[in-house]
Amino acid sequence: MVKPSNDAVIGLGAAIQRVKEMESPGRSGVRGQSEEEEAMAAMDVASDVVLLKKVWRNEKAAPEVLHFEAGLIQRAREQIQLLEETVEELIEIRSDDIVVSLYQMDLDRALFLLRSYLRIRLQKIEKHMLHIYRTHLWNRLSEQEQRFAKRCLDIMEGHLERSVLSRLPYGYQSMLKQSISSEEDDMVPQTQLDTFIFCKAKEQYWSFPVG
Amino acid sequence: MAGQSNPHLSIFSAAEVEFLAEDELIEIVPNMRMDALNMICGDFGPFLPQIATKVPLWLAVALKKRGKCSVRPPEWMSVDRLTLVLEAERESPREFQPLPFHYVEMSKLLFDHAPEDIPDIYMVRSLIEDIRDVRFHKVETGLETISGRTHAVKLKNLSAMEVNIVRPFMVRALQAFYTHDSPEMIQQPESAVNRRPQVVDRGPRRDLRPR
Repeated sequence: MVKPSNDAVIGLGAAIQRVKEMESPGRSGVRGQSEEEEAMAAMDVASDVVLLKKVWRNEKAAPEVLHFEAGLIQRAREQIQLLEETVEELIEIRSDDIVVSLYQMDLDRALFLLRSYLRIRLQKIEKHMLHIYRTHLWNRLSEQEQRFAKRCLDIMEGHLERSVLSRLPYGYQSMLKQSISSEEDDMVPQTQLDTFIFCKAKEQYWSFPVG
Repeated sequence: MAGQSNPHLSIFSAAEVEFLAEDELIEIVPNMRMDALNMICGDFGPFLPQIATKVPLWLAVALKKRGKCSVRPPEWMSVDRLTLVLEAERESPREFQPLPFHYVEMSKLLFDHAPEDIPDIYMVRSLIEDIRDVRFHKVETGLETISGRTHAVKLKNLSAMEVNIVRPFMVRALQAFYTHDSPEMIQQPESAVNRRPQVVDRGPRRDLRPR
């Protein structure tokens, strides 16, 4: 737990910079804890599902939308599809029920991770679409996500325009500014990056700069 | 969205923490013959009667439910080991003993699904409950020491479930202390953007975000 200072995103630098021996949801996921995962992943030649678990955990813990893991997601999809086909074949040749159901469970677990990962991202996009659209975060989205965000934004804009903004007095009609005298766009909700985080250290640290 | 934890309450739901714990490996002794399983999460088996093998906990539970194996409880789950841990926990009021990161979830799953495979189960169960209580009490007393001057908290050996329970409260408590303690933070309500949408009525224009 560290004093808010710079941005508390997940990430190697951030994690290490912040806390000492904070044992924390290392594996259950913490903001700023990707490192331990990385080590783990490196150790057992990071199977894709291990990687997927890591990005899922990071995405869940990070307040900001992170880079879309296109390659990994693609591979995970292919593996899932492959296993789905295998399961169907197994059913066809009437193989052991138990084998089928075990494979099915494995499949469900992988599917859960994948779906949950995509959904968390959609939630974040919905919440901060305006901010994401107008900053570098936009490049972190996948093509489909960008399409989704754009449509979401258009709908939201139209809705606000019709229901509220067009009825407000002149000077208060912008979706982005509080009033016409605002020099910058001060009505764009942003993610809160300045916060305390939990992180789990991979190695022992005797002393540690905080803040 | 079904199956998704509410990000405002907790980053990970209890079920999700359990999901992560289910990937921990555990030794089983099968009582049937089955070919190796090539799963997305790794290759396991082959399974031969009376030959111990390591599988993820979820797989062990699935086999156990169908009566296809017995589970070998992990080393730390013995009365002797747990008694030592409990004593040590009681003796050092500020420190946590090293236990598996997912000890809460693992023991719960094993108690629920493989009670007959755990020797002295009543003793083991009550020891683990006591350990949990002692540890959680320490966490709670630890929370009392948090103040506005708290910049970092060190929590060595805390487990996944324990961290997950205190994380939301701790983060918000520290944020609140931090905000109220430093007058300049009140002037720069970056953290208030989400919390106080009503600031608009304070005049024609008000900076929501400092630059």
